[in-house]
Amino acid sequence: MPNFNDILILLPEFYLVAAACLLLLLDAFMKPEQRASLHWLSILVLLVAIYLVIAGQPDFTATAFGGMFVRDRIAEILKVFALGTTAMVMVYARPYLIDRQLLKGEFYTLMIFAVIGIMLLVSAGNLVTVYLGLELLSLSSYALVALNRDSGLSTEAAIKYFVLGALASGMLLYGMSMVYGASGMGGVPSLALSHLHDVMSYTTAPKLLVFGLIFMVVGIGFKLGAAPFHMWIPDVYQGASTPVTTFIASGSKLAAFGMAYRLLEGGMGDLSPHWQMMLAVLAVASLAIGNLVAIVQTNLKRMLAYSTISHMGYLLLGLAAASPEGYAAAMFYAICYSLMSVAAFGVILALARSGFECEEIADLKGLNQKSPWMAFLMLLAMFSLAGVPPLFGFWAKALVLEAAIHAGMLWLAIVGVVFAIIGLYYYLHVIKVMYFDKPAEGSLLQAKPDVPLRVVLSLNALSLLGLGLYWGPLLSWCRTAFGL
Amino acid sequence: MISLSHYIVLGAVLFCIAVAGLFINRKNVIVLLMSIELMLLAVNTNFVAFSRFLGDVSGQVFVFFILTVAAAEAAIGLAILVLLFRNRSTINIADIDSMKG
Repeated sequence: MPNFNDILILLPEFYLVAAACLLLLLDAFMKPEQRASLHWLSILVLLVAIYLVIAGQPDFTATAFGGMFVRDRIAEILKVFALGTTAMVMVYARPYLIDRQLLKGEFYTLMIFAVIGIMLLVSAGNLVTVYLGLELLSLSSYALVALNRDSGLSTEAAIKYFVLGALASGMLLYGMSMVYGASGMGGVPSLALSHLHDVMSYTTAPKLLVFGLIFMVVGIGFKLGAAPFHMWIPDVYQGASTPVTTFIASGSKLAAFGMAYRLLEGGMGDLSPHWQMMLAVLAVASLAIGNLVAIVQTNLKRMLAYSTISHMGYLLLGLAAASPEGYAAAMFYAICYSLMSVAAFGVILALARSGFECEEIADLKGLNQKSPWMAFLMLLAMFSLAGVPPLFGFWAKALVLEAAIHAGMLWLAIVGVVFAIIGLYYYLHVIKVMYFDKPAEGSLLQAKPDVPLRVVLSLNALSLLGLGLYWGPLLSWCRTAFGL
Repeated sequence: MISLSHYIVLGAVLFCIAVAGLFINRKNVIVLLMSIELMLLAVNTNFVAFSRFLGDVSGQVFVFFILTVAAAEAAIGLAILVLLFRNRSTINIADIDSMKG
């Protein structure tokens, strides 16, 4: 029977649902000229949610609604960063949306509903909660990708995302049904992840369990965007309007890590010898395909899409270690990646204007002469993505590699290092274009004068340097979440 | 007597038809939406069969959630399809290829 305490544990989620519905109502009744205030209201809503998540965090792992919902330190960290990066995306998106007459209430409410999906997903204690959180995030994302209704590219990206996302959900569900069945053979069938954790020890149908596990790993691979299930990533990144791409590249990645952790360690921890190898294969494929195909891209968003695929490969290195150290490193990586990608896309958003998307790498020619500060911020983002010390991305990479070596997968770490060096090429190419090429004739490059955008983007990119020099507290926060 | 394995095989067959429909079909996006629905129904068959034969009700509760989400998913899918047709005047899969690489 749900009681008051359960509701208190879910307070940030309940609050966000109420706030999102209220924003939707406000949008319907507001005069068009007042709509701009929705932007600040939505950011305020997210900041208050961050406060509720941190302030209400119990010292122990609290569960609500019979274990359906788990509120632990892991969920807390992921929620704080998902909410934070989403608020940053909103700040960066405003001038872009105004230029294209896309500043509508739908953008904000869909973003907030997607964040609620992320929060449920990273707190899931039951297969039902995993599925519902995932679908809330996915359905909102499909609609967000199609937000630019008159663009052929956006709708094409949306239909591709929808079909492949639904296929992934179907695979995941099929795996869940098999795991549910296997848990009932020789024991009590259950959908609770804590119950499924030691199912391997008593089930009389271990083959059915592993069969289900394979489908679940495929579903997780799709949602992470790991090769060979990466087909949707480049098209969605390129076709969606840049603010939506930024969200999919940041908040969704934190959610995908949370889902992988809950399902694999939380639910299938006993089967780790089976899924470790599967994740290692996915990691190698992602590193290879992501880094090699990114080299030939001329579209900046598409290049960053392949860079995402390779980064998911590194994240999988940490997960494949299947140790608390590995999970902490993978979570550190997910946080690091979301901050880096928000910064990189933020620079694109700051430079884009109506009629000029700033999507091609060649569009950045001579950025240093036109806008040295933006060029410097992009330089920080690119060096961090490439993993150049002393930036944040370097430490994240070093930690997942260390975790893989400690787990006895030296070969995997070597593959990771080799592809990190190959990957350096395409990030350095962007920097070369910005700093050493002459601006094109009649170049439109000019940073937007929007003050909040410039301030937050500068802080975001400088934090990559700051956290690179002073990464201890964040890492120890991640490590204590996993009991280290 | 119909046993559990009959239902599981039925679920597997439905699932394979759905996946084949997604990959083999090169004509029409609506067929893709039908395949997605069929895939979810295959999963539902599995859950209901396991739930019935193992004597546990939680699988059937999950089916209710899946059915509800499938309805929402179909609504969004069809909405995107309408947009696609408005922008492209086609729902032929072979023509939806403006992004490559």
